Amino acid sequence: MRLTLAAALAACFAILPARAEVTLTVSCGAVGIEAALCREGAEAWARETGNRVEMVSTPAGSTERLALYQQLLAARSGDIDVLQLDVVWPGILGAHLLDLAPHVDRATLDAHFPAVVANNTVDGRLVAMPWFTNAGVLYYRRDLLEKHGHPVPATWEALAETAQAIMQAERAAGDARLWGFVFQGRAYEGLTVNALEWIASHDGGTIVDADGRITVNNPRAAAALTDAAAWVGTIAPPGVLNYAEEEARAVFQSGNAVFMRNWPYAWPLLNAPGSAVAGRVGVAALPRGIDGGRPVATLGGEQLGVPRYSRHPEAAVALVRHLASRAEQKRRAIAGGFNPTIRDLYDDAEVLAANPFFGTLRATFENAVARPSGVTGGRYNQVSAEVWNAVHAVLSGRSQAAPALLRLERNLTRIGRGGRW
Amino acid sequence: MVARARRGLSALALERRRAAWLFLLPMVVALLLVAGWPLARTIWLSFTDARLDDLAPPAFVGLLNYAFLAEDPEWWGAVRNTLVFAIVSVAIETVLGIVIALALDARMRGRGLMRAAMLVPWAIPTVVSAQMWGWMLHDQVGVVNEALLGLGLIAEPLAFTADPDLALWAVVAVDVWKTTPFMALLTLAALQLLPGELYEAAEIDGLGPVGRFFRITLPLIRPALMVAIIFRTLDALRVFDLMYVLTGGSAATASMSVYARRHLVEFQDVGYGSAAATGLFLVIAAATVLLVTLGRVRLGAGEPGR
Amino acid sequence: MSARRLRRLVGRAAFALLLAAIALYTLFPFYWAVVSSLKAGSALFTVEAFPARPAWDNYAAVFRDGPFARNILNSVVVAGSVVAISLALAVTAAFALGRVVFRGRGLMLSAILAVSMFPQVAVLAGLFELIRALGLYNSLGGLVLSYLIFTLPFTTWVLTTFMREMPLELEEAAVIDGATPWIVLTRIFLPLMGPAMVTTALLAFIAAWNEFLFALTFTLTDEMRTVPVAIALISGSSSFELPWGRIMAASVIVTVPLIALALVFQRRIVAGLTAGAVKG
Repeated sequence: MRLTLAAALAACFAILPARAEVTLTVSCGAVGIEAALCREGAEAWARETGNRVEMVSTPAGSTERLALYQQLLAARSGDIDVLQLDVVWPGILGAHLLDLAPHVDRATLDAHFPAVVANNTVDGRLVAMPWFTNAGVLYYRRDLLEKHGHPVPATWEALAETAQAIMQAERAAGDARLWGFVFQGRAYEGLTVNALEWIASHDGGTIVDADGRITVNNPRAAAALTDAAAWVGTIAPPGVLNYAEEEARAVFQSGNAVFMRNWPYAWPLLNAPGSAVAGRVGVAALPRGIDGGRPVATLGGEQLGVPRYSRHPEAAVALVRHLASRAEQKRRAIAGGFNPTIRDLYDDAEVLAANPFFGTLRATFENAVARPSGVTGGRYNQVSAEVWNAVHAVLSGRSQAAPALLRLERNLTRIGRGGRW
Repeated sequence: MVARARRGLSALALERRRAAWLFLLPMVVALLLVAGWPLARTIWLSFTDARLDDLAPPAFVGLLNYAFLAEDPEWWGAVRNTLVFAIVSVAIETVLGIVIALALDARMRGRGLMRAAMLVPWAIPTVVSAQMWGWMLHDQVGVVNEALLGLGLIAEPLAFTADPDLALWAVVAVDVWKTTPFMALLTLAALQLLPGELYEAAEIDGLGPVGRFFRITLPLIRPALMVAIIFRTLDALRVFDLMYVLTGGSAATASMSVYARRHLVEFQDVGYGSAAATGLFLVIAAATVLLVTLGRVRLGAGEPGR
Repeated sequence: MSARRLRRLVGRAAFALLLAAIALYTLFPFYWAVVSSLKAGSALFTVEAFPARPAWDNYAAVFRDGPFARNILNSVVVAGSVVAISLALAVTAAFALGRVVFRGRGLMLSAILAVSMFPQVAVLAGLFELIRALGLYNSLGGLVLSYLIFTLPFTTWVLTTFMREMPLELEEAAVIDGATPWIVLTRIFLPLMGPAMVTTALLAFIAAWNEFLFALTFTLTDEMRTVPVAIALISGSSSFELPWGRIMAASVIVTVPLIALALVFQRRIVAGLTAGAVKG
């Protein structure tokens, strides 16, 4: 029944005169503003070029989305023509993706943040176009900091002290629920992100360096983890060991935390009507590890790529170019608060009017540190799992930092086959 | 029956056997069509070095994957977690399931409410209910902590899903909530098929309700109960979503399925992940053999009926 | 009041208390789901017994943002077809496995059970290839096919067990009258198996209804999604935000008809007994 129907349909199409019009299947976001913006952008392109686009909704959780992509790509499926890719996936999926470099001129590419372009280049091939970027930021309770006369902390040490002081004072005054700091401490990718920020800001390297050497087993990294472990149960609730982004936001948004590490997505939500902290929140760059050091935020964000198996690669590449273009990124920044990857958009008056903190945080986005996903390629997930397991063991007190990092180094050496990856 | 002519019986029996194979055929063909290739593929890949990100055809590596598996303490941790989880949750579910089934079987007040109540946990898709429990068990904004604090049972909020000592029990509690209806329904069906005279006879013998249950009901529903327990155990040993949603990748609660999935999908190590999946299969097979033996489930020999 | 009656009364009270506790345990999360579905924005992060201003908009949003009615229909079609096919295949097989003695029966039962011993994620890739090869990708047919992998072993085993427990005398009389196995199965056993069939069907239906991983992997477009996938794909304005109110509203919407359905079936189960069909 299905088959005959399909055959009949195929026959109908065969009779129609050949036309340039193609239908592209695009995967970006699920519902919500993210998908709506992508749909508008893709449909605008379709109208201009006389093609059609069909949107596919995929799971919002990045692990589930990656699993789905892997299934499709491993089967060499041409069902999706344009893929939205997390910042750590180019290395994992690169082998299945088209090289976009021949289709993008140098000047266009140079307008983007170099770190993101480098991240998307695997073995000399540009496998994805930067679409929007993301980086960890520090949210703080402006009202509490002012009330107790503390400045926004510039170092992790200052953050711990400020958090401790405000927590004690407020608890003594009757707010028994208040904690100092919430972050993403669950054993998942987000913990690797947080840990990289702690370690790199202490000048402890990026776990695996650009040449594939494993650098994580060093005293500065150990000091960073030891400091973080001391937060749990003192300034951070014990439950932080199972917090992802939303659990952390739940605590902060109900007014129960002084500081929170999170992505910029939380900003409009924290200030929405009904939020217990609306209008009382500030955003700053994450603290430095040491005086004179530099603040480090881990690079996040999404890219767009085209699978090798796409049935209409040329049209798909054209659509990717359109979606990643300056005009489109500007539109998305104004309408949805998505951080552009094109540098000079951070000087654009309209963009800044819609997102006041873009200007002050430009350096954060520009200098965000990438996870070692490029150099570790297809083994990145394994590396990340080893990292978050080791860090989780330290945070939960099951292990000291130094031995945990030694074990981590050994495991990474085995996974990386001695640095060859 | 003894008097029945031997030759007549064997002709009849022969025809019955032929009919039996004919009756079996459609189901076996369907099952082979659906399961044959996926299972064979998994077992074959477990002897290779296949990777998702490697486009070249996989090479045969013999038992290498299994050797690594046997040496990985994380795998054995996952085996232990899974076994503890399965034994505890299935035991609780069986007891609660029988209690609910007896209540639904007896003509007692509130039966209608009970009947509706027991189906609710099930109608909510697991992906959602696991998340819902995750929020209910949240240490700062969760309703469970709020209720326990309000009742004065605990002094400060418990981090149910983060504390390694509590996390596995939190997962058990959610699983019991979710799947007790399964046990209850199957037990109820078995109770419904019991002949009514048995109870009348027992009434005359003067057995109380408890004695009646253990002496008459339980032995009679044992075969159906064992099947329910076997399938619940199979499911419990393959548990995935609950751990995955409630505690993420935490090694303290990772189950065998979580381990297998991590290698198979997230680490792209198809060969090794398949070996883990096959290892999981072997553990389940051993558990089933144990259950079938202990529960005296009839598989081959024996006449039907009582 | 005699000691015996008192003891009985206490026993009954304890039993009733236990049942009340179980009912609370089972129902409270559902109550909480309803409450959550009426909350908007950050009200989700606060604990209150009932929202002061219920946000009914979550319910409207569920139908506005995606083809949710279509998703419900898909789920009904898929789960219904899976149950119908599994029962049809399993009931004949169960007769053979439960009522006829032949060599290899134990092996056959073990092999059927073994299919259920692999984790879902391990058979996912193989099934994916199979479904693509058959041209069933992104169709409800593909889901029906793949769900048989877990419903068939279950229905076959459960029905075999119940079939085996049927009294021997029932069959003997018919066989002596010259009835073929087909007649014995359809005329004698099927009517008696009512409660067992309904229970098995209900269990298989719910398993298919709740399935997530296959449904996510084997379908692509919103029009082909089933309910669990549709609910799981409800997302907020960014990939991190969780629109909990809408997710809970969708969960409540799909729960209510399922409970109604189950209640109808439950009456059937009890009806099987009062009809007094089975007498040893």
